[in-house]
Amino acid sequence: MAWMSNQTPRGMTRRHFMQHAAGASALASTSLALGHSLYAHADELRANHKSAILLWMGGGPSTIDLWDLKPGMATGGPFQPISTTGDMQICEHLPQIAKQMHNLSIVRSMSTREADHDRGRYYMHTGFVPNPNIEHPSYGSVVAHELMAGRHDLQIPPFISVGGASEGPGFLGMAWAPFSVSSDGRIRNLEMTLDDTRLRQRMKTLELIETGFIGQQRGPAAEDHQKILKKTFDLMSSQQMEAFKVDQESESAKQRYGDTAFGRGCLMARRLVEVGVPFIEVDLGGWDNHNGIHNTLSTGLLPTLDQAMSALVEDLEQRQRLKDTVIIWMGEFGRTPIINANAGRDHWARCWSVVVGGGDLKGGLAVGATDAEGRQATSEPYSAEDLMATVCHGLGISLETTYQSKNGRPMKIANGGKLIRELMS
Amino acid sequence: MITNQQTTCIRTSSHRLSNLRWEVWLLSTYALWGALITVGVSARAASPGVAAEIAQVELINTSMEHQWKELGLVPSPVEDGPKWCRRVFLDLIGRIPTLEEMREFAQDRDSKKREKLVDRLLNDPRYTEEFAEHWAALWSNVLIGRSGGNNRRSLINREGMGKYLRDCFASNKPYNQMVFELVTATGATKPGEENFNGATNFLAEKVNDENGTLATSATSRIFLGMQVQCTQCHNHPFNQWKQQKFWEFNSFFRQTRALRRYSDASRDIDHVELIDEDFAGEGGRPSEAEVYYEERNGMARVAYPVFIDGTSIDRSGYVGQTNRRQELGKLMMASEFLDKMLVNRLWAHFMGYGFTKPMDDLGPHTAVSHPQLLDQLGQALRDSSYDMRALMAWITLSKPYQLSSKVGPNNMSDDPALGAVPQFSHFYLRQMSAEQLYHSLVQVGGQSKGTLEQQQAERDSWLEQFVVAFGTDEGDEATTFNGSIPQALMMFNGDLIQRATAVTPGTWLGNLAASPSPYPDKVQMLFTAGLARRARPEEMKIASQLLQARKGKADEALQDLWWAVLNSNEFILVQ
Repeated sequence: MAWMSNQTPRGMTRRHFMQHAAGASALASTSLALGHSLYAHADELRANHKSAILLWMGGGPSTIDLWDLKPGMATGGPFQPISTTGDMQICEHLPQIAKQMHNLSIVRSMSTREADHDRGRYYMHTGFVPNPNIEHPSYGSVVAHELMAGRHDLQIPPFISVGGASEGPGFLGMAWAPFSVSSDGRIRNLEMTLDDTRLRQRMKTLELIETGFIGQQRGPAAEDHQKILKKTFDLMSSQQMEAFKVDQESESAKQRYGDTAFGRGCLMARRLVEVGVPFIEVDLGGWDNHNGIHNTLSTGLLPTLDQAMSALVEDLEQRQRLKDTVIIWMGEFGRTPIINANAGRDHWARCWSVVVGGGDLKGGLAVGATDAEGRQATSEPYSAEDLMATVCHGLGISLETTYQSKNGRPMKIANGGKLIRELMS
Repeated sequence: MITNQQTTCIRTSSHRLSNLRWEVWLLSTYALWGALITVGVSARAASPGVAAEIAQVELINTSMEHQWKELGLVPSPVEDGPKWCRRVFLDLIGRIPTLEEMREFAQDRDSKKREKLVDRLLNDPRYTEEFAEHWAALWSNVLIGRSGGNNRRSLINREGMGKYLRDCFASNKPYNQMVFELVTATGATKPGEENFNGATNFLAEKVNDENGTLATSATSRIFLGMQVQCTQCHNHPFNQWKQQKFWEFNSFFRQTRALRRYSDASRDIDHVELIDEDFAGEGGRPSEAEVYYEERNGMARVAYPVFIDGTSIDRSGYVGQTNRRQELGKLMMASEFLDKMLVNRLWAHFMGYGFTKPMDDLGPHTAVSHPQLLDQLGQALRDSSYDMRALMAWITLSKPYQLSSKVGPNNMSDDPALGAVPQFSHFYLRQMSAEQLYHSLVQVGGQSKGTLEQQQAERDSWLEQFVVAFGTDEGDEATTFNGSIPQALMMFNGDLIQRATAVTPGTWLGNLAASPSPYPDKVQMLFTAGLARRARPEEMKIASQLLQARKGKADEALQDLWWAVLNSNEFILVQ
């Protein structure tokens, strides 16, 4: 019954609620008494609360056109490099991000083998190649799982995916699944249509039915269902849901992030970090540019990215949150150095770039390199596992953490990836 | 004792519980009905063998039993009647049975009652509409994804796809003919157009961009179980298919175009016309119309239409000489992969897992759990002239489909969720699809008001809320209808649940509440309707506490109880 307690439904005063609780009949239980504080305030969060924001570029971004330009080469395309506040140059269509590069580092020698969308998305999110016999937990589920221990006050899901689906919790179970929301912050079916007493009595009835079912040894999925019910109930009655309401931000803030779904998603991510959500993924799709790539980039994707991502980094820094927030920018793979007959680029996993920063990670660096045409990594290649290990380390998660999959196999966090040393401070 | 007159009443009355008089009658005989369930259970226990005289069912049973024995697995017992009835309703027509339908099944004391129920669901005209709707929705999701046709820029007309598929399933069109039509279709995507052909919607959005690579990968994967998307760009180390084969298969689609037709008043696409036109070839020689592709090392290569088994067709790009899609359709109809892929797809639909993982990959690198059975069922399907209903009957009447989902000590290891190769020694629990949930809730009172079109539009928008796109050109998507929080919120507070739990006069629950039966009987009705079982003593106890908390208002107490039943894990699972 513990999971029916703790929060006051929205729109109720505490006193009003206590009257209801006291007045409830045979269905009332002692745990309806309020055990601890109702609302978590941002300033009550522990100082060392770390979070991660993954900016996911669905479709496979052309990193040779963004972060590792090859001007003058046949493979280089039309974009010119510009200088930044960090020790590297980037694409001319990212001028605002250029001013934030002292906070961010580029890893230019990513080298992976999965050039199919599904497989690449899975691999980059989990650090494991797809295997039909086991589902691995994604970044968000792992980080949420590891960082939740100290966050008893968090009433909303610890892993939130804005504008996209992310990847699932795998063997960690549905309780660690991403909570997918759209970037407008409106969450469907949130409004409670019942008075709280009745809702609680319904929940108690439901719990009885659930417990009976779990008692029949129906496996972990049945237990996960019960956890999901609890999380849903918590969320419905939580003040922290305000964090989703990006509309409450000032006009200037909204303008700074840009009037795009991705911009609002990034702004929401900052608000969610402030209430203590450990992992937020924000989706920007549309990078699968097999045709007419440079026009699509310069007129649509890059301005959107430039505005929102630079705003996020700047905003987090000004709020002194950047040192506790790791930012990861990546897609499932890069794109071919060769520009194809349709003026597009195809899938390319052999050498490409990701961007990271914040937390304990060093900014302003370009780690690794590719050859003159961008066909091969010319320095130590890094994998999804290495990146994940580095990010986990940047969040203060021990790389010795080992999970046991459902079939009893031990699984090292980040699949035993090695740290990208240059990024360690 | 049920009189003849009453029995007739059961058979002829509508299968939706809408008639109050009927309700009253049903409730007044509830106790007898409950007893019948018990009788059904014990009769079943005495003769668990089902339909062994159907040769194809025997084929499945023999194969399964052989492998269970070999692996030392003891299969779970046969599932009890009401639960099995619920299972087969959900899988064949896409919703839970009504109380009336469960009762009809429970009171049948024929040892062939399961065969009779499967036969009713497949062939009785009263189920044709729901059967066709259910399978059309399933196949729409396979052919055009959950989001195909959902936005204004889409070239797909989702309604047109659904209409074509409903007609296929209502008339039990042979599967090979359906595939041939989907692969070779020409005409307009939108119903009402003069040259409307709903089958065109499968390829409408897959032929124009990137030289028809989506048509290539979707056609080979969905109908032949060949996963070739990786070989588009390079030879894949784990795939028998080479890049050459991809472009050879792709060559079959190069005469095909989707032409946009705009509405008069605006620049919105009204519909699309799928046509075949002469293909000049990338080298400009229509009589030898070739396709070029580039190898990883930059070397340009050439490809002509060649089927997966190596059969070449005439290289002419002139439609008048060689209609490439027609040729492809014929070659596909002759391929054994066509047979095996359908068997595997339907097996996975009914059993939760296919003979391979993933279900739509029959490549040589994929392990097959029951290779001989897959071959045999494929052959049997071909011999039946691709009768999909026959295949559905074979699977739903086979031994593994009768089994309980509860595991024992001797088949606990048979758990594909833990990575084991599925042996089907028990029924694998799975969550209803969003479509199954929707139709189940509609049938217990969630029906919205309005015309059929309005109701369909409402269903489509309800389903859309769970679809999330990945932002790739291949239209990859995921569903949040996966047991996570958005789904729980919908079940807690959504409109559909509010309607299904309404107790106003005329609603399902309202009628039940208004009937003269005693409260405990009504409680039993709720548990039976929702969970295909009776309430446990502790559940009866909390039901009476609810009645007390609602100050004796039975309708409100029933409402609370029904809400809890619908929100339970037990309800959402196909057991």
